[in-house]
Amino acid sequence: MKNRQSSIVNRKFPMRYLPKSPSDREAILKAIGARSINDLFASIPAEYRLERDLKVPRQMAESEIVDWFRERSRENGDGYATFLGAGAYYHYRPVIIDSLISRGEFLTAYTPYQAEISQGTLQSIFEFQTMICELTGMEVANASMYDGSTAAAEAVMMAVRLTGRRSAVVANSLHPEYREVLATYAHHQSLPLTTTSFTDSGRVNLKELEKLVTQETACVLIQSPNFFGTIEDVAAIAEIAHKQGAMLVVSIAEAISLGIVEPPRQADIIAMEAQSFGVPLGFGGPYCGVIATREQYVRQMPGRLVGQTSDKNGKRGFVLTLATREQHIRREKATSNICTNQALVALMVNIFMTIYGKIGLRELAKQNLAKTNYAAQQFGKHAKVLFPSAPRFNEFVVQTSEDPYAINSRILGHKIVGGLPLKKFYPELGNAALWCCTELTTRTSIDTAVGLVAESERLVKSAKQEADVQEVAR
Amino acid sequence: MKHVTRKATRHVNQNEALIFEKSSPGKAAWRLPPLDVPDVDTSKLLGSAERKDLGQMPEVSEIEIIRHFTRLSTWNYAIDLGMYPLGSCTMKYNPRVNEVVSRLEGLANGHPYQPERVSQGALRIMKVLSECLLEITGMDAITLQPAAGAHGELTGLLMVRAYQQSKGNPRKKILIPDSAHGTNPATAAMVGYDVEKMQSNARGMVDVAALTAQMNDEVAALMLTNPNTLGVFEQEIHKIAEIMHAKGGLLYMDGANMNALVGKVRPGDFGVDVMHLNLHKTFSTPHGGGGPGSGPVAVKKFLEPFLPKPVVITKPDGTLAFEYNRPQSVGRVRAFYGNFGMFVRALAYTLANGPDGLRQTTEDAVLNANYIRKGLEGIYDLPYSTPTMHEVVFSDKLQARRGVKTMDIAKRLIDYGFHPYTTAFPLIVPGALMIEPTESESKEEMDLFIQAMRSIAEEVEEDPQLVLDAPHSTRVSRLDEVAAARKPVLRWKPAN
Repeated sequence: MKNRQSSIVNRKFPMRYLPKSPSDREAILKAIGARSINDLFASIPAEYRLERDLKVPRQMAESEIVDWFRERSRENGDGYATFLGAGAYYHYRPVIIDSLISRGEFLTAYTPYQAEISQGTLQSIFEFQTMICELTGMEVANASMYDGSTAAAEAVMMAVRLTGRRSAVVANSLHPEYREVLATYAHHQSLPLTTTSFTDSGRVNLKELEKLVTQETACVLIQSPNFFGTIEDVAAIAEIAHKQGAMLVVSIAEAISLGIVEPPRQADIIAMEAQSFGVPLGFGGPYCGVIATREQYVRQMPGRLVGQTSDKNGKRGFVLTLATREQHIRREKATSNICTNQALVALMVNIFMTIYGKIGLRELAKQNLAKTNYAAQQFGKHAKVLFPSAPRFNEFVVQTSEDPYAINSRILGHKIVGGLPLKKFYPELGNAALWCCTELTTRTSIDTAVGLVAESERLVKSAKQEADVQEVAR
Repeated sequence: MKHVTRKATRHVNQNEALIFEKSSPGKAAWRLPPLDVPDVDTSKLLGSAERKDLGQMPEVSEIEIIRHFTRLSTWNYAIDLGMYPLGSCTMKYNPRVNEVVSRLEGLANGHPYQPERVSQGALRIMKVLSECLLEITGMDAITLQPAAGAHGELTGLLMVRAYQQSKGNPRKKILIPDSAHGTNPATAAMVGYDVEKMQSNARGMVDVAALTAQMNDEVAALMLTNPNTLGVFEQEIHKIAEIMHAKGGLLYMDGANMNALVGKVRPGDFGVDVMHLNLHKTFSTPHGGGGPGSGPVAVKKFLEPFLPKPVVITKPDGTLAFEYNRPQSVGRVRAFYGNFGMFVRALAYTLANGPDGLRQTTEDAVLNANYIRKGLEGIYDLPYSTPTMHEVVFSDKLQARRGVKTMDIAKRLIDYGFHPYTTAFPLIVPGALMIEPTESESKEEMDLFIQAMRSIAEEVEEDPQLVLDAPHSTRVSRLDEVAAARKPVLRWKPAN
């Protein structure tokens, strides 16, 4: 290799992220007293050393990488309008979010263990915790969890530790994938889960819940607005849980609802997904889970917490605190194994909350409500909108005569992704789909989708009439 | 400062209050378009569920937000500013093309439930990344679903448990060396296993004789970090795997230190059954102040049926799809498919490197750690003289005689313009200084680091108080962590 360096023609292209010239490497090897780089790998038994190139694509130029991913982006619904929600919401992201999180000081910093040179991250988390408390009506919030689903599962584990009880009652109207995650977490902890159904109003069946909650129940876990977009009667559910000494854990998947829907103040623990606050859909992640609770429960809370303190000169500063809950101190006795969380995503959420603030968040939520109300009314003229009797936020369920997959595939032709067919999760609802409208949903796309649903209903009806006529004729 | 450093100097730094302290009614940083549907009566729609007030949420303008967060950002140290040698954290350069491609419209705005026929781009990215990671690890099957390393550990141990259960008995214990990360024992406990600690031998490695004695049919798996947290490759890894396998146990590898191995050796070839990777370490996705991460779990063929669902498959017509029908799956560990944005970045990194770049990266990472070791050996105590891979662990033994501990040296390093190394870990080294330079450091930057560390060692001899009081040049001095924990103030409240 050394003699090749003299010839420019034969020189290998240097890898652009590596800041060393061949002569730097030679100098370092010499300083160390090694003859070749392979001396440094001598501790790896010879039979396992890889003596060939990895079979991965060849080194690409930056322009080639951008082209390759542009191609993938085009294959991925680029330019489609969407009526999908169901735990992942398409909201507008103010541009300054990316301007600010792209600053290397935020982007390329580690977890703020060294407080003196991490005050930027620490203060921003402290503000994040404060705003989550304000919005949820809770007293403390952590610095983030992986996402809403794992936050819900960890919140249930937290209730188990706090109550010393070992079972949980879960609403069937909780996001089905959240329920799956909880089942995975609970399974090996021998934590029995029972599920409670929903009524014709789309809300938790209180009578059934009352029977299921016992003195052995650690917590009741519900979602509000629930998977169908319906707002639960949190006070009534809390009463049932608390009467038996169980805790109430409320999952919030659509954070924008907090702008106009009363937060579940009766809850003991809130496990939320903050993706709606400025986090791109990103095909499902990274998102931002959060757990918020009452002050008295903070020592059983998983995840990082930032606290205010002062330095030697009395100057205000912030540090990671109550670390004795965490794995790096408590190891197998920790409240959770979580280490890396979603810090940069929490920063997006933080900036979003700051931008919209006290008034904007309400106005934004109101636009979601208005679009959804309009859409539900329009759909209701041609098909059945389920659960009409309870208030809803920005999602609703439409039942059609035709399979929603078939209708959606026609809607897709208009570069619109229709509502989520629910057969996979709720076969009992028949030809139902979950539709979501946000401030970004246009009246034009609502009218287009409604038109195609109406056409489907007409076709089914006339096909049915034709069949009836044939029946009569026979 | 004993020796003037060329690395850092003082600079005016803006003060900034909490955002709430800058808020006043009537300011705004948002503007919504006019509604194109009829407005609604919220009280009629929501009734008692309507929220009337958002409490102390701030009201500020856009320029104030830009200045607020920009000022805060300047209070942070970052890889972009200089060497960030946190051991076991792999603070390498985070390429900017990764950020650009992850923000391409179709990828950033892709909904996880959009039909598969308009999701082929995302599925292709997951497929290609999976193939690359399998080739790099030498494993057979993979899930990208776990959101971080510890989440990967959880997923891996769930699979171990499901596998052992399928053999008739989930078993009771997980063996974990005393040098392991705290996440290992915490994870084992979450999966319902007892943790049995294993003592390292005098060379900082697994004691094979002790392992033989400890291994029995109650042990489900051994969780091993390789290279371990001392930066030492477990030379008897093949024996370790054999001992585990002979008694029906599995070998789990914590891939936190995979940056020492890529392109040089593959865990799948040396007997590992299941392992996780940290895309935010080895594969350059940004740490972002503590996340997001991504912790794919790669397994041998016999564990494939237990992977979380869904998995990506190729259909007969060549298109990609999610497969949910996995009866032996451990279930889901997260909603949707994982931290997809991190998959995009990790794949962009892999493509930017290619086979030659990946190998050179590993070689440079190991070269750098050895250069640091050479530069500081004798100045700082080196408790294990075993060959160093990607990180080197010293102890504060020599400096402790003057009352100066690893944390003090770390704080003094800040004054010299560097981020500290990892302090007081691994636990088997009292007063540890754990240094991982990664491949991203030039010789010049490392020379400055070595010079700074040597200078601090001299200060410890001549004026230990100077080091004990450090840092001297930061906007806050050492913060009172005891007070913070005793009377926690975890949110801002308005002054009455």
